[in-house]
Amino acid sequence: MRLPLFARSRSGIVGLTLLGFVLAVALLGPLFAPYSPSEPIGVPGSGPSSEALLGTDVLGRDVLSRTLYGGLSVLWLGTVTTLLVMIGGLVLGMAAGYLGSWIDTGVMRVLDVVLSFPALLLILLLVTGLGASIPVLVLGVVAVQVPSVARMVRSATQEVATRGYIESAVARGERTTMILARDVLPNIRSIVVADVGVRFGYTIILIASMNFLGLGLEPPAADWGLMVSENRPVLGLNPLSVVAPAVLLALITVAVNVVADAYAQSRGGFDVVADDFIAAHPGPVKSDSLATS
Amino acid sequence: MKIRRSLTRDHAPGATTPSGERRPRHSGGALCVESLRVETRHGVPIVQDIDMALAAGEILGIVGESGCGKTTTARALLGYAADGAVIAAGSVAVGGEPIVGATAADARRMRGSLISYVPQNPAAALNPAMRVGDAVAYMLRTHGRSSSPEAVSSAFTMVQLPCEPSFLRRYPHQLSGGQRQRVCIAIALVCEPRVVVLDEPTTGLDVVTQGKILDELLRLRHEQGVSMVYVTHDLAAVAPVADRIAVMYAGRIVEIGPAARILRRPRHPYTRGLISSTPDHLTDRALRPLKGVAPAPGDRPTACAFAPRCELRTPACEAAVPPLRDLDGRGVRCIRAEQVDPLGWSVHERSREESSLAEEVLSVSRLTAEYKSRQVDLVVADEISFTLDRGQAVALVGESGSGKTTIARCVAGLHAATAGEIRLGDQLLPGLAKDRTREHRRQVQMIFQDPADALNPQHSVRTTIARSARVLRGLSRAAAEAEVQDLLELVRLPRRVAGRYPRELSGGERQRVAIARALIAKPDVLVCDEITSALDVSVQAAVLELLRGLKRELGLSLLFITHDFGVVAAVADDVLVLDRGRICEAGPVSEVLHDPQGAYTRELLAAAPSISQAVSESADSTPSPSGRGVDGGPPPSVTAGPDRQGGG
Repeated sequence: MRLPLFARSRSGIVGLTLLGFVLAVALLGPLFAPYSPSEPIGVPGSGPSSEALLGTDVLGRDVLSRTLYGGLSVLWLGTVTTLLVMIGGLVLGMAAGYLGSWIDTGVMRVLDVVLSFPALLLILLLVTGLGASIPVLVLGVVAVQVPSVARMVRSATQEVATRGYIESAVARGERTTMILARDVLPNIRSIVVADVGVRFGYTIILIASMNFLGLGLEPPAADWGLMVSENRPVLGLNPLSVVAPAVLLALITVAVNVVADAYAQSRGGFDVVADDFIAAHPGPVKSDSLATS
Repeated sequence: MKIRRSLTRDHAPGATTPSGERRPRHSGGALCVESLRVETRHGVPIVQDIDMALAAGEILGIVGESGCGKTTTARALLGYAADGAVIAAGSVAVGGEPIVGATAADARRMRGSLISYVPQNPAAALNPAMRVGDAVAYMLRTHGRSSSPEAVSSAFTMVQLPCEPSFLRRYPHQLSGGQRQRVCIAIALVCEPRVVVLDEPTTGLDVVTQGKILDELLRLRHEQGVSMVYVTHDLAAVAPVADRIAVMYAGRIVEIGPAARILRRPRHPYTRGLISSTPDHLTDRALRPLKGVAPAPGDRPTACAFAPRCELRTPACEAAVPPLRDLDGRGVRCIRAEQVDPLGWSVHERSREESSLAEEVLSVSRLTAEYKSRQVDLVVADEISFTLDRGQAVALVGESGSGKTTIARCVAGLHAATAGEIRLGDQLLPGLAKDRTREHRRQVQMIFQDPADALNPQHSVRTTIARSARVLRGLSRAAAEAEVQDLLELVRLPRRVAGRYPRELSGGERQRVAIARALIAKPDVLVCDEITSALDVSVQAAVLELLRGLKRELGLSLLFITHDFGVVAAVADDVLVLDRGRICEAGPVSEVLHDPQGAYTRELLAAAPSISQAVSESADSTPSPSGRGVDGGPPPSVTAGPDRQGGG
């Protein structure tokens, strides 16, 4: 079977390679960890040595082992939350954009209210009301991001909704859900996918900040976000204890973004909305073509 | 004849230029183009071997179908090539000054002051955030001229727009399409250039507005002595204004010469094909579509590019590119030009044998439709009644805003009428498609204006056509897809198209797919909403011929929505003329087109462009800078309408 188009483009190859590397670290890492992630093996904040390749952390635990263990929670929490964000945004956005009238007004006003809260404040409110736990954390991060996804989906849907093929389906008397699934969703796919990259990155950062504030995962759990925050006191002694998880966090965010963009670009020409989007954001204006003659 | 009134009157405001002095006539050649070649970054030619010269005050029409290089040529005249293209060779000189090869600063100075451009779409050509008065003033300032209020308002007077300050302070969206186009022309003319390049200046405008703009161009040419290059796909629109015509095909000029000569006796098979596929409401001739489609840059044959579509093709045609040679007072790029037959104005039989059955399929009575906006309910269709018999084609004609599309949408169940009823056979149709039975929805099928828009880009042709049969006839996927092949054959598409996606098809092919999607439902009534207005003339002719054939073969009834009387003459049996939501005239096509009763119908018909009319007018008077056909009598086949200037 041939690789999909986006996997053959240069940015697609780079993105998939990066993503593969981070996934391998997160999923297979625990198998290769030299120590337990939770037991101290030496002096807190000591630098790299032959026993601990990346040194030790604030409690004297092996940074390498904790890094190899710490990707799983980032990955599954990030993925599940991003999926929920996209599903929520798609459902609300397509409903508002396609059905219009009072549904549009109602949905969008409610989302505007949610959007008007600062992200952290909203999550803190939820945590205060419902107590600190992983589901509450996920709910908070979803609530923070759904409004902006829904807005974007809504305007893309509105653009597609006036197309002749939608009218043609309406004239055939097809059900609204069918029209949304077969005519609207496939035609807004590429901008939604491009947004997944951004959302995933933001989700990971939000979850990491919540962990940092002690509202999500509790120590001594190994988690890249948690490691960045808990090792700040020994940043001067063993910088790797912060840098290693931070680099991996950055890598996974970049990789997802690059892959999503490569996919969206490969859909150019397949997808009316993507074409219009690209046409509306042309590259820098070149100097006069005269110069070449 | 068209501009008799404006020419015999002294146009005091327009006769002077914005700077207040009578403009001297330019002498000598205004524009000289020699062996111009524009190619893509990869060296694929888009246009080549373009040679033309334009005298002062002359109007040259550049015609051809989409993809033949018209717009590329037009832009190259300003020394400009779009993204991804370069002017590779040749020279363009305006008033003796070379613009190709000039420095960027020189070229910018020349654009606007020596040669200016009126772009394709007036709605998109004006900056929506700039007041129209400022837009004109900006042009003046760019070229170092005084942008005093007097200069700006005299520019508006020149194109017969109001010049009071409240109008100058309007934004483009507050203007009508015709007004916007006039602003674009004012901007192009305000710095008194020698040459104006107009790219499809009337496409997208109503016939009446189009007629006014064309008259305007003739008057400005006369008063300002400016030369014009008029680029269009519409031979009928350019016929009454152009002194000379250049026909382009596959990036080359294939025929160039005096307009009347070329239109009366085309010498290139492509020109002949273009003329015979352009519908003309004044002649009862059958449309003769050209076979095939024009090749895109990169796919063009190395020898005569038209050979694959040409009936006169010989082996010599496929050996080398024919030179542009003189024949019969024009240049023609064809080695067999002597063998090209004169245009036969064969009359097509307006067969009404089906109507003897007179089985009423669709009847609309006292239909009223409105659009609700926050302030007012806008009535767009007011007590419309008509019937459609089996095998009959009824055309709804009117300008934009006449409510014709709304009526079509009501019939198709996309818009709920406020009052009145639509009956299919003896059954009353509910207003919206979702309330109709599947059987009702199957029987009435609609085809949309823009085929690029009407097909889901994510679905293959097979899926698209089959879906209609699955939804409307309850067929299984396999059964529906099995029928797709037959339908493709019916609309004259090759079977391999089934696996393609819309983006891989040409405009004409897409519209055939849309027709196939409608036909697989086995409808009784086909509602066609401006289905050829986005297509090239040769493709339009082929689609119209196809529908005429299907109407006969399948006993289809057609409700044809159009603004083009030529299209009406080509397909319809009966015609309803709509004016602001009301039917103002109805009757058989032959009667309405040749003996219109209402003033509005006469006005529309007088404005409708027609090649045969342009040719017959030019027979009475030769084109001259002092106005075309000033002394020409009314054309033989149409009753003279009231003067469209409406008293100036």
